[in-house]
Parts: sequence; structure tokens; C-alpha cells
Amino acid sequence: MCTDCGCTNKKEHSTHDGINSKAHTSPQKPLVVDVHQSLLFENDKQAANNREQLSQHSITAINLMSSPGSGKTRLLERTIDELSERYRIAVIEGDLETENDARRIRAKGIDTIQITTGTACHLDATMINNALQQLDLKHIDLLFIENVGNLVCPASFDLGQHHNVTLLSTTEGDDKPEKYPVIFRATDLTLISKCDLLPFLDDFDPQRAKQSLESVAGSTPLFQLSAKTGEGIDQWLDWLQHAISTTKAAV
Amino acid sequence: MHELTLCRGLLQQVTRIAEEHQASAIKSIHLKVGPLAGIEIELLKRSFPLVAHGTPAQEALLEITAVKATIHCDECDVTSELDNIQLICPHCQSSATTLLSGDEMTLENVVLEQQEIKATHHVH
Repeated sequence: MCTDCGCTNKKEHSTHDGINSKAHTSPQKPLVVDVHQSLLFENDKQAANNREQLSQHSITAINLMSSPGSGKTRLLERTIDELSERYRIAVIEGDLETENDARRIRAKGIDTIQITTGTACHLDATMINNALQQLDLKHIDLLFIENVGNLVCPASFDLGQHHNVTLLSTTEGDDKPEKYPVIFRATDLTLISKCDLLPFLDDFDPQRAKQSLESVAGSTPLFQLSAKTGEGIDQWLDWLQHAISTTKAAV
Repeated sequence: MHELTLCRGLLQQVTRIAEEHQASAIKSIHLKVGPLAGIEIELLKRSFPLVAHGTPAQEALLEITAVKATIHCDECDVTSELDNIQLICPHCQSSATTLLSGDEMTLENVVLEQQEIKATHHVH
């Protein structure tokens, strides 16, 4: 055995007694590195920072999601009308293009940041972090994040919000929850919107929608409302006020 | 959903780990994906080589373990493994269930090709 490196290959070491030194290589065992980390680790880390920032300022953050056209902006307008005298509200709007939604909210005198994502079909924690830096966090009680209209992607990206609220409008069909399990499972409160249209629709059964929702999300809150007529809005406002009290009490 | 974006994020993670350990290449990457994670395993497998081309991960074998959804029923106290993603207790049909596993998408471990050791011998 070679006393220099412990190998037994005499041929390789024919030059040992000579003047030249000789380098040789020995194969290494593959190294297993345990990780156990989510693939969304970077986004989750940023989201946790956002959540910490919001909690430090006692801000209740709601991530509002739905298909395009379910009535998110309309519901926000109604909610602002009802609550803006009692609570300081701010809104972050997410769309691929245009400032249309932000314009509607700003018309109510509410601080609004519009994120135009370009081609990204969901908001992520980095975009929200950038938006938070443009808001006066010391003077906000309730922050709505109106996500991009999409029932698939937004659910998987934590933004740092405290609650996920998803709208399902009466014109979309009462089996949508079981078709989109990921988002409805991540939802804290489901709202059936545009219920003023129920008398005109013979194929939307709220009971069926409830069963569809429970099959993928277990027991989970479901309200019916109409931002247009005001039906069911009180229940939604009570839920919001309870969420705000809980955030403030946690400080 | 976003398998390509996730692969880019995954490539960043494994490349960083390889650099930290001064590895010459990545042999294999082991992931765990549940049915409620919102990503397709086959799409992930197809996307990764595209993203890893020209990097130390380009020859890496992507091993993905499909985790089943497991729920605990709050009504009858039974824990069940599901074949589908309907979170209803198969024993008592209750919807009052808690998800124990099935929504994960994790990087479990990375197997690295270590640099070969070069030993220089001194002259006697």
C-alpha cells in the first residue's frame, strides 16, 4: 500500500521513487443533501414577511379571488360605501392590463395601488411587497387585494394575506367548486355573488353549490349576496368586522 | 399550473445547494408532490430538462414521489387514504374532515456528484 495516499495501485505509483510527484484522483461517493423545503419556498418567505409587516400595523388583509366578471370590484365598491366611515380601507388591484378597476376604487376616495402583471396570471408575494411600500401602512385598518380574475393559479401563491375570500357568481354554475378544488380548499369564505339573478336562472341551485364546495373543502362558510340589491351584505360586513376585531386583538 | 416557473425556482434551489457543497454536478433530485398541490407530475418531468439544459443539473434524474391525500374525519375519527380528491370521509360520508397530507410540493433531497479529490504526492 502506498503510504502517501493509501492506494494499492502500484502501476500508478511507479514514479514515487522518482523526482516527479504525481497527482491521482479517487472517486467520491455521491453526497445526499436533505432539504425538505417547499418548491414555493422563496415566495412563502416573502409572504411571511408581508404578513408580519401587516400584522405589526394591525392591518387585516383579504385576498379576494374569483373568475373574471364574478363581481369582485362591484363588491368592493359596495363594501367601501358601507364601511369607509368606520374603517380606513386601502386596495391593491391586480390585472394583466389597464387601471380600470383602480380607477373605480379611487373614485370612492380610497388609496389604491394597481399592479399590472403583464402576462402573469396571478399576484405573488414580491408584487405585494412592492405595493405595500407605496401605501401608508400606519393609516390602514383593512386592506383588500383584488387578485387577477382566475380560478386556477392565485390559490397557490401566498401573498401574506390573513384571509382568502372567493366569489362564485350565480351565472357560473353550481358545480364549479368541485371543478376547481385547489382554490376552494384554500378559501376561508365563499360568497355566491349576483344572487339577485337567481329568479332568472333555472340551473343554479345554492344547495348544490354548498354540497359541491363541501366535497372538496369540508365544512366551510358560504354566504349568498348581491352587491347590487344589498341582499346578504350585512352578513359579509359582520364577517369583515369580526376579522378586523380579531386582528386588532392579536396585537 | 406554472410547472415551468416552479422548475426555474427548483433549478435555483438545487444549483445553490450544489455550489455550497462544491459539487461538480447534480445526480438526482427527489420531490414529493400531492394531488392537491395544483401541479402535474408529468408536466414537471417534461419541463425540468428544458430549464436545466446547460447547467450542472442537466443530467439530473428527477424522481417524483406521488403522495396520496390523507384525511382525518372529525365525525367518526377515522383516518383514510383517498384515491380521489373529494375530501369526504369514505366511512361515514361526512364533509367535516381535516387534510393530513396531499397538498405538498417539496424538494426532499438532492444527490450531488462530488468533485474528485486530487492528491499530490511528495517526493520521498
